[in-house]
Amino acid sequence: MPLRSKDLLSIEDLTLENIDLILETASSFEEVFDREIKKVPTLRGRTIINLFLEPSTRTRTSFEIAGKRLSADVVNVSGQGSAVAKGESLKDTAQTIEAMSVDAVVIRHWSSGSAKYLAELIKPPVINAGDGWHEHPTQALLDLYTIKKEIGKLTGKRVAIVGDIAHSRVARSLIAALNKTKAKVTLVGPATLIPMDIDKLGVDISYSLDDVLEDVDIVYLLRLQKERQSENLLPSLREYSRLFGLSKARWQRLKNGVRIMHPGPMNRGIEIDSFVADNEKALIREQVTSGVAVRMAILYLLMGGAQVE
Amino acid sequence: MGSVNQILDAAAINRALTRVAHEIIERNSAEGSIALIGIRTRGVFLAERLAKKIKDFEGLDVPVGSLDISFYRDDIAIHPQPKILGTKIDFDINEMTAILCDDVLFTGRTIRAAMDALIDYGRPRAIQLAVMVDRGHRELPIRADFVGKNIPTSKKERVMVKLVEEDDIDVIEIEK
Repeated sequence: MPLRSKDLLSIEDLTLENIDLILETASSFEEVFDREIKKVPTLRGRTIINLFLEPSTRTRTSFEIAGKRLSADVVNVSGQGSAVAKGESLKDTAQTIEAMSVDAVVIRHWSSGSAKYLAELIKPPVINAGDGWHEHPTQALLDLYTIKKEIGKLTGKRVAIVGDIAHSRVARSLIAALNKTKAKVTLVGPATLIPMDIDKLGVDISYSLDDVLEDVDIVYLLRLQKERQSENLLPSLREYSRLFGLSKARWQRLKNGVRIMHPGPMNRGIEIDSFVADNEKALIREQVTSGVAVRMAILYLLMGGAQVE
Repeated sequence: MGSVNQILDAAAINRALTRVAHEIIERNSAEGSIALIGIRTRGVFLAERLAKKIKDFEGLDVPVGSLDISFYRDDIAIHPQPKILGTKIDFDINEMTAILCDDVLFTGRTIRAAMDALIDYGRPRAIQLAVMVDRGHRELPIRADFVGKNIPTSKKERVMVKLVEEDDIDVIEIEK
């Protein structure tokens, strides 16, 4: 039952069986973390390029650690100081990568669709680590993994995704993933940051965090990008924080067993109160740990083994 | 699919395992503790059966672990990925004699991978190998310490060890 595709570009492309396979594989990799030797020889002799043309610390590090724990050689290329900064096109970058016989490419790019474009140009597997406002599939997979591990089955669970839905690839991937697992999604945020017609995806919408607080099982807070204010989408960060931030007072109204998630990096004091972020209900650290296991699983499934039954 | 010949039935499998259990006790009675490490999937059931027999004969509790060798295979570029079942060894293997258990010994590549995997968990004093069937055709310098049944085969044949725990029946068959 292999993953029947060359690349991992979006959650939309995955079936529920694919998702289950990735999550199951991830859980067997997590066992490796507790060993004295946190490394298996599975991808020995393979080379992975981390092509991060947009700044990222945790996703890049997570992919790097995942590759290294599988014994692959991992090369990081960032936008600054690379040929891309000198104006090289993605197509030329792709050809250069291919000429160096690399075995997989992980790409983060500011432009939506760039991962798919790269995947069509080169033979090795391409993994989308975030393309513009489109998708960030590995984040959604690690979120699913974390939820399943911490609270069990997703079916019927209520998840509120709070914040700037319109500009969030994390939200887009997470909505797709939660829909596939039959969780109930409510999008919460100011009307300016929730796209029109997004309810066609089968999600509920609320413009008030206070209204949904008592019904949800998981509160997923998105990072608020401060430039949204200068684009006139928000009156002020303080107002956003007052209406949509998860304060200690709001946190106290949550049901027992509610978990709080955030893809990072956090703006403490804006979308999440420091007390809430450091409290045991928060799964933010678990998300980071899951990230390595899930990315190991994805690298293993895409790079290890012929794609035949 | 060709013809299928039955080589051992349930009673014969049980007799062979009884003998192997005695051999394990005999060979390891002088030195310290032993552990049985089954290789997923069927090796684990064999390890559990051997542990039960050793308990019955000697009153000795032998810890049983299970080893998934998927991450250590040398053929992942050739073969599709097997389902990963995970490794479970919840005791310290350092300074123990670890006895790897598997259903069929063929090329020896599985055992090579299993030894690599096991050594990542610690440093056993010794590693021994118990298999239900040795069918020959080794590609590596590996041999079994305990063998349930030697079955000479041609390379084209398939040896199938079926166990109640997985297949609802105890039988060993050769498919030509």
